[in-house]
Amino acid sequence: MSNHRIMDHPVLGKLEKTEEITFIFDGKSYTGFKGDTVASALLAHGIRQLRVQEESGNPRGIYCNIGHCFECRVTINHVEGVRSCMTPIEHNMVVESGRLQPVPFKSTEADKLPRTYAEFERGLHKEDDPHV
Amino acid sequence: MYDVVIIGAGPAGLSAAIACREWDLHVLVLDEFPKPGGRLLGQLHQEPSGEWWNGIQETNLLLEKAQKYDTDIRCGVSAYHIEKLEHGYAIHTNQGSFETENLLLATGAAESAVPVPGWTLPGVMSIGAAQVMTNVHRVKVGQKGIVVGVNVLSAAIARELQLAGVELHSMALPASNPATVQHSNPNTVMDGLVRIAHLAPSAFLRFGSKFAKASWVRRLAVKFYPKGGVKMWGMPIHIRKAILSINGNDRVESVTMCRINADGEQIPGTEENITVDFVCIAGGLYPLTELAAVIGCPFRYMEELGGHVPIHSERMETPLKGVYVAGNITGIESAKVARAQGELAGLSIAADKLKAHADLQQHVEDAVKLVATTRADATIQFHPHITDGRHKMEQAFQQTKSS
Repeated sequence: MSNHRIMDHPVLGKLEKTEEITFIFDGKSYTGFKGDTVASALLAHGIRQLRVQEESGNPRGIYCNIGHCFECRVTINHVEGVRSCMTPIEHNMVVESGRLQPVPFKSTEADKLPRTYAEFERGLHKEDDPHV
Repeated sequence: MYDVVIIGAGPAGLSAAIACREWDLHVLVLDEFPKPGGRLLGQLHQEPSGEWWNGIQETNLLLEKAQKYDTDIRCGVSAYHIEKLEHGYAIHTNQGSFETENLLLATGAAESAVPVPGWTLPGVMSIGAAQVMTNVHRVKVGQKGIVVGVNVLSAAIARELQLAGVELHSMALPASNPATVQHSNPNTVMDGLVRIAHLAPSAFLRFGSKFAKASWVRRLAVKFYPKGGVKMWGMPIHIRKAILSINGNDRVESVTMCRINADGEQIPGTEENITVDFVCIAGGLYPLTELAAVIGCPFRYMEELGGHVPIHSERMETPLKGVYVAGNITGIESAKVARAQGELAGLSIAADKLKAHADLQQHVEDAVKLVATTRADATIQFHPHITDGRHKMEQAFQQTKSS
């Protein structure tokens, strides 16, 4: 299946082979064992990169592997932001890596906005601002 | 309505569930991970007696007992909110809400991050992540790596990686920056290293660790620490070398290492590049307490216990009626202590609910003693003053109760 599996372990013994499960990651088909998470099944194939940072496009992979850090989030069966380290693989599951996102809400007038409440009080806001 | 909902199916949660089922309480155990066992699953180390502590086997023993009592354990369930009801609590999860009279928080611990430049590259992971990949999923995290951060946990897991045939270049400190203060000072790290030296198979190192009980000896040991590191299981442990950065384009390709003086300051001109394809960052553990905060448990910060901890008694009850805690949420200790605490918490819940059973009170008292002896016998002490921390916590509980 891949050379990243620990088949023989001096204390834990031979890896008990369980049912093979086929799933899709970014359009390509991969197999893993029943009991694998999406993250472990992909790492067994040498795949480390699971997404890019939504704004910068920098590559990211697993960090904590137990569900705390959310670094490994991917899209699974069209649901976004799912932790690959906590999700067991299933037959025909469709996994997509996290992509670069548009940033439509980024302010182009950041330096004109009040940074503190004191600045806001000093009248740096516009009188007709609908958010006041 | 359940008698008790237990959040966390690690050693504490499972043994609590068994104790509650033995007294025929209506119990539900929830855990976010796909398999029960928590961090116990990944554990694998040799006891001083030569016997192996195999977390998977230990988990299976607990599960067999739990199954014997027909315990309802549900995995893949994330608890994200707890609401106070008139006579109990509602646990809100991704699989619906559960109402319960009593609640046991056995959520365990999380790993502290130690930011090093380049740490977001794929191939950089926490040391615990590597442990789970290796021993639970049986997947190699890479061909050759390096461990950043020298402490009890990272030394134990480095050994586990070696056992699985994963090569490690060495263990070294993170370079000093405002976020790495605790972990980048060689003297502080040496104090911690001395506490695990008895785990090393080298008679020389064990011999040295006796002397190192005196702090002036430890200061000298840091000053004259060998450039090649001190080897544990054949792997160099460097406390006078630090990792400045992790390098690579879209994955880890190398790290930059430099020598540091006894105060952790970089020695200029000593940088070298080391080719690795993975890096494990080890910043130690802290109690995972969000759910206790959500329901309004009062907290204390105690360094000896590993961080902010919900106030609780030695019977594992919190000042909130019907809310109990057990395991690493109460302070960082070994799985054996967590297991003993879980049993105690389960018995406390049963005793508080079934007040008519006089002998239950005796079981609770015995369980309190068992926690203390398990602590005293622990092979690995995560903090040298853990017992002081426990005493302070008991005082905090009594104060909270009387006020």
